[in-house]
Amino acid sequence: MLTGALLNEKPDAMPGLAPHGVQPEGKRKGFQRRKVPADVNTDTHWVEIVARIRQSQDQAAFAELFQHFAPRVKAFLIKSGADAGMAEECAQDVMATLWRKAHLFDPSRASVATWIFTIARNRRIDMLRKERRPEPDELTWGPAPEPDAADVMELQQENNRLAEAMAELPEKQRVLIQKAYFGDLSHSEIAEQTGLPLGTIKSRIRLALERLRHVMK
Amino acid sequence: MNEIKHHLTDKILLGYAAGTLPEAFSLVVATHISMCDECRARLGAFDAIGGTLLESSDDLMDGNMPAVDFDATLERIEAGSGDEEAEKSAPIEAPESASTLPVALQNYIGGDLDAVKWRPVGMGVRQAILKTSRSASVRLLHIPAGTAVPDHGHHGTEMTIVLQGAFRDEFDRFGPGDVEIATEDLEHTPVAEEGVDCICLAATDAPLKFNGLLQRIAQPFLKI
Repeated sequence: MLTGALLNEKPDAMPGLAPHGVQPEGKRKGFQRRKVPADVNTDTHWVEIVARIRQSQDQAAFAELFQHFAPRVKAFLIKSGADAGMAEECAQDVMATLWRKAHLFDPSRASVATWIFTIARNRRIDMLRKERRPEPDELTWGPAPEPDAADVMELQQENNRLAEAMAELPEKQRVLIQKAYFGDLSHSEIAEQTGLPLGTIKSRIRLALERLRHVMK
Repeated sequence: MNEIKHHLTDKILLGYAAGTLPEAFSLVVATHISMCDECRARLGAFDAIGGTLLESSDDLMDGNMPAVDFDATLERIEAGSGDEEAEKSAPIEAPESASTLPVALQNYIGGDLDAVKWRPVGMGVRQAILKTSRSASVRLLHIPAGTAVPDHGHHGTEMTIVLQGAFRDEFDRFGPGDVEIATEDLEHTPVAEEGVDCICLAATDAPLKFNGLLQRIAQPFLKI
């Protein structure tokens, strides 16, 4: 839990949080896609941030995570048809969930962005569609207390390659996939997608699952 | 883990990852993935697409990224708000025993197989409709070993997962964990294998149409 002292402090007084961290991002023209300094290993930067939240409830780490992802979650929800009020409510809720559930993130199976996406998607189903979301049973043996560093690195790099491959898809297909994920297409409107660059990342995740089973059994 | 031969399609996995699949179908998906590492990994890949879209969602806002209230979020954390929602979507620990149903499904039954409230639908077949949103429906089916499910075609799409036993139709065999996806054009006669009674979970986005006259008359009352 956050300390009361933190709550009485202005967030911009928090260590590691840049003063502009809570300004409306819309006012910042030319918003940089990556706020991470060049000397930081971008492949695992967010993994380390979440680890700091998990291990020591690091509030500066949470502020950095918030600054980067909260506006993206809200943008994603607005693109998914939520009005501004609901998107704000939902984005706050998602970010609060990240703080509480940091121990459930498994970096050998997902990037931080992917993890946040799944939480935001589930809240969207809750709030917009007022439906329950049946989730698969979690593996009893995971996440491992200390996932293998090489596994984590490989998975995160694979995610970057996926993002690059997605950017290279034909415009028409990319827009269709965006629409599908933003909920603009009903399920029956979704066509069978061919040529999605999913094979390698699937194999990495599959490997991570096998390793988990092997290690934890 | 038994060998699963019939898996989810990419289209179904994409719909589940995107969150647009009707709840009834999502329950079949969650049940299958609880039993199948291969599809769990494939879902991970489809989730990863969502991750890349979230990461690049700033590109779609023309530089007008919306602000989110940081202080209000901290207050939420302090107040423990979000706990309830987080608990609801929290991964559930799978039970130790391999003979029980996935927890994802137990949540809808309100317990394990022994808690199912079966209703007879004729020919020895029993069913239990589970409560989901109305865009599609899902039910458990209990088919005695060696019994045929009445000859039927389909409106819309039907997705069935075997939980216990096995069934065959004219085309293939489906055992525990296997998923059968039937569309409009499929007319088949599934038969439960000899030995163990067959228990399935079946989702459909339209009522089944039975071909026998009596069954057609009974259909409105049976809610299938």
